Amino acid sequence: MSVDVAWAVEWVRRSAQTIAEHRDELIELDRQIGDGDHGENLDRGFRAVVAKLDALDEAPAQIGDVLKLVATTLMSTVGGAAGPLYGTAYLRAAKATASADLDSAGVVALIEAALDGIVARGKATAGEKTMVDAWTPAAEAAVAAADAGGSPADVLAAAAKAASVGAESTIPLTATKGRASYLGERSVGHLDPGARSTELLLAEAAAAAAA
Amino acid sequence: MSDDATGVDPTGDAARVSLVLVSHSRDLARGAVELAGQMAPGVRLIAVGGTPDGELGTDFDGIERAFAQALEGSRSAVVLMDLGSAVLTAESVLDLADEATQARVKLADAPFVEGAVAAAVTAHGGADLDAVLAAAEGAGRMYDGARGEVAPAADANVTEGAGDAVADDGVVRVTRTLLNPMGLHARPAAVVSRMLAGYDAKVTVNGVSAASVLALMKLGATQGTELRIEAVGPQAAEAAQVFATEVERGFGEI
Repeated sequence: MSVDVAWAVEWVRRSAQTIAEHRDELIELDRQIGDGDHGENLDRGFRAVVAKLDALDEAPAQIGDVLKLVATTLMSTVGGAAGPLYGTAYLRAAKATASADLDSAGVVALIEAALDGIVARGKATAGEKTMVDAWTPAAEAAVAAADAGGSPADVLAAAAKAASVGAESTIPLTATKGRASYLGERSVGHLDPGARSTELLLAEAAAAAAA
Repeated sequence: MSDDATGVDPTGDAARVSLVLVSHSRDLARGAVELAGQMAPGVRLIAVGGTPDGELGTDFDGIERAFAQALEGSRSAVVLMDLGSAVLTAESVLDLADEATQARVKLADAPFVEGAVAAAVTAHGGADLDAVLAAAEGAGRMYDGARGEVAPAADANVTEGAGDAVADDGVVRVTRTLLNPMGLHARPAAVVSRMLAGYDAKVTVNGVSAASVLALMKLGATQGTELRIEAVGPQAAEAAQVFATEVERGFGEI
């Protein structure tokens, strides 16, 4: 599948499905080092996104339109830090994707804009045990794949793989941002739930393009 | 939920800066509004706490509505938030707001309860947006700095008893004994701070700024405490006098 509006819609529907499937896992991860609401909140948010997609009379014209709908819906319905963080990520990504389809450079722009949004909103940098630790390597891998002449689907696959490695890398880290930072050293040994949900979402971005 | 508002009387002073208190908890937001409102009855205070269904969390649309309500009647507003997602969500709402809203809403990097109280009392005194913001953000420093802000006068310079005096250094000094059985607690502290806002004078009591409710409360002055009032500025004598009179009448509590 080329990376177009249909891909964006497919990505969103797959995202809702994977978040629903991993809801309990995300709740458990967040319970270990946070307030335990990440899985429930994201699941509620993506269910609302799908409901809004279903209610549309006609398909959006641009990828950015789909991502903007995700952004505003997540902000309104998530109710935890993931709402404004992912909301800002999708909003910035929407602004970077005002077109009907994306080439490899366009996919890179989408991922970089999302990372920029999360960093701007959360003021976290890599190594602080947050979703930034999954998004940063994803953006770097996307750039490398595009530079190497990869297709848009290749770029998404590389980003997804790097996000997965990045999420795993949060396990030994001490949290210094977000609710987990109150735990300090006790956060060591746990996978960051935001990095895990990032991994899940980017895996579906790649899967939707490979389908 | 943004329907828990105080100070929304349309006949109230529309020029005063409003406050929006954003918490993860509906009860916490309401409680903070109640506490701040007791000391600043003329300020529009809006509580936004929890998710729309009453769970712990933040409510993007609720915050958006609260901002609109806070700005009615060409008001401006200072916003206080409790924890991470309340901050992130308030920032997001403001990012997406129109320019007119962005210009009139300031997010305070301040302790939730202390900041709300300090900002409410400052707003009640008619201060502008930046001054109310500064009051909120300065509240976090009250715990370690309250007693050190202004050097107290040497005891030898203090005029004892009922007399007032302007010393050679231009400082009006009055000493009164605190009569209130409950001491200089929140309500009388707010009375002092509010009252003195109307005078062009810098007033301290036992070395701390009388314009700061929190500094006054931190004095821990109990019944029988000697209050050394010092005032400088064009209306120093008047300010010191009304302060002294309030102490004598127990701030209306005795």
